[in-house]
Amino acid sequence: MTVRGFSFSAPFFKPDVPFMKSLGSTRRSFTPWLDADAKPYISFQNVTKKFGDFVAVDNLTLNIYEREFYSLLGPSGCGKTTLLRMLAGFEEPSSGEIFLDGVSLKGVPPHKRPVNMMFQSYALFPHMSVRDNIAFGLKQAGIAKAQITERVDAILKLVKLEEFAKRKPDQLSGGQRQRVALARSVVLRPKLLLLDEPLGALDKKLREETQFELMDLQQDLGLTFMIVTHDQEEAMTMSDRIAVMDKGTVIQTGTPAEIYEAPNSRYVADFIGTVNTFEGKVVEKTDKMTTLLGNDGFTIEAVTTDRSALTKDKMAWFSIRPEKIKVSRKKPEKQTNAVEGEIWDIGYLGDMTLFNVKLDSGTIMRASVLNAKRTVDDPIGYEDRVWLSFDPDAGIVLER
Amino acid sequence: MNKNWSAFNIVSVVFGFTFLYLPIVLLIVYSFNASKLVTVWGGFSTHWYSEMLSNQGLMDAAWVTARVGLLSATVATVLGTLAALTLVRHTRFRGRTLFTGMVYAPLVMPEVITGLSLLLLFVSIGFERGFWTVSLAHITFSMCFVAVVVQSRLVSYDMSLEEAAQDLGCTPFEAFYKITLPVILPAVIAGWMLAFTLSLDDLVIASFTSGPGATTLPMKIFSQVRLGVTPEINAVCTVLIGFVATGVIIASLINKRRMVNNARTDADI
Repeated sequence: MTVRGFSFSAPFFKPDVPFMKSLGSTRRSFTPWLDADAKPYISFQNVTKKFGDFVAVDNLTLNIYEREFYSLLGPSGCGKTTLLRMLAGFEEPSSGEIFLDGVSLKGVPPHKRPVNMMFQSYALFPHMSVRDNIAFGLKQAGIAKAQITERVDAILKLVKLEEFAKRKPDQLSGGQRQRVALARSVVLRPKLLLLDEPLGALDKKLREETQFELMDLQQDLGLTFMIVTHDQEEAMTMSDRIAVMDKGTVIQTGTPAEIYEAPNSRYVADFIGTVNTFEGKVVEKTDKMTTLLGNDGFTIEAVTTDRSALTKDKMAWFSIRPEKIKVSRKKPEKQTNAVEGEIWDIGYLGDMTLFNVKLDSGTIMRASVLNAKRTVDDPIGYEDRVWLSFDPDAGIVLER
Repeated sequence: MNKNWSAFNIVSVVFGFTFLYLPIVLLIVYSFNASKLVTVWGGFSTHWYSEMLSNQGLMDAAWVTARVGLLSATVATVLGTLAALTLVRHTRFRGRTLFTGMVYAPLVMPEVITGLSLLLLFVSIGFERGFWTVSLAHITFSMCFVAVVVQSRLVSYDMSLEEAAQDLGCTPFEAFYKITLPVILPAVIAGWMLAFTLSLDDLVIASFTSGPGATTLPMKIFSQVRLGVTPEINAVCTVLIGFVATGVIIASLINKRRMVNNARTDADI
């Protein structure tokens, strides 16, 4: 929604029932990356890819584990698609090596790799029916006719396209095409499925539904998924782990929660969700607490999380998510982590309200408040003076 | 649309079509002329058609033209398609601009120059002029037309289709003939037909590069006309027109049928 020219989106606070269910139930204990003995399924080792002078992927090392749902997230041109294409075999690394299940992929052509890819454009064969599109890879593999029919029927049922088997791709809707592309790439039961912006062409509602379908499919078939996306919401919802990329390098890898709650840099914090960032000078640093004197005139006390060379008198960033800020008319008791300002913009979303608060220093700070109580009788209005406060473990100090 | 034709519209349509088709209509009408004089109507007759069929020289020329056309159109289609593929796919190779220019140059090259330079080449390497030299010359100038037609189709072709085919187990060559070729086939056929028509048509280049025993139909017609237009020539031209018109009609019928089929299946959705 848009309020006074600001675009608000609050993807993570929707009380969607299936959303909650999917997040909680299935994969609580799936963390192979924490196990030192676990063998990576895919391993990029010092991979660099250059196109002429342009470095698309820069000395990248990455491990992905079996049955993992792994997302490459980044703006366009960050090298994420190149990474995927190198895995599929359409590009060869300029240097470095890629291993799949311990075997080097160097010089292996695309048609000999046990990897399938779902293309951003879907790349459905326009002169073939849905059935023939899906059967194409099986025919190519020389599988017996009866078995092909059986497997295609099964997958058509799985993606709910039985009635459309005879249609040509141009007689299908966008969502149906997406499912055909998905069916075509999973019917061969590849160990690894690469998905290049699989939901990019769908509208928002369909995209949300399809996210869960993809997750279920991955679970049911026990596949390893590697997905490329620029949509952070999509990556957060579906992934076991996310790699945030920029300019050919991985800035941070971690679970969605790690990426969101403990970004390792301002870039990651800014890229995922909304964040308030303040600049400040470190006035005190102990093992437990880091104290900053913010440029916006208030003292910030934050739990020390970084293991970096941040020392006294250095400048640093402090990042805090809007939902971790409390908004109140009353002045908080504590002197630190509190700042006064004036309500500048209000975005009422029903389940929650977004406030843009203009601090006395002129900085706009974003806070989102869950509407736990009905606020109709005593709403916070435009130009009201309010206090914003937060706990020491709510935000994170980042190196400049 | 306005159903009432204004006088201005009627006049302009009549003028336009008269301008375009009067010469052809005259030619067809006079091919059924019983009189030996081209400009005097002597009653209806198909006499000149049987005369034409028994004219061995004309028949030989027609046969040469057909063979040259089939051969040169086929070879030009293969070469032109390959050139188009290279131009569209390899957007970054050294000398691409030069290569593109060189493929398209024959499109604007005066036929006389193409013909003359080919003649000089054949003479200098001692290639005996005849059926093969005419065919080679026709391949040379018609392949760039094929390249243009196929290239315009390939520009809108999603290259990831071929990658998808490779991903699903095709070698690059299999991916081409199982996926790309069927998809661009209409353009390839159109290119072939264009090349064939160009070959059928050509007088100038054929005159330069042909030798004894390989006189094409346009050359034969031209040389006979210089001795005076006979109704026999009119008959040959009428057959040619009929031949071309039938081809065009069949092509458009196929096209229309496909559109109707598409519309029908679209209605199912």
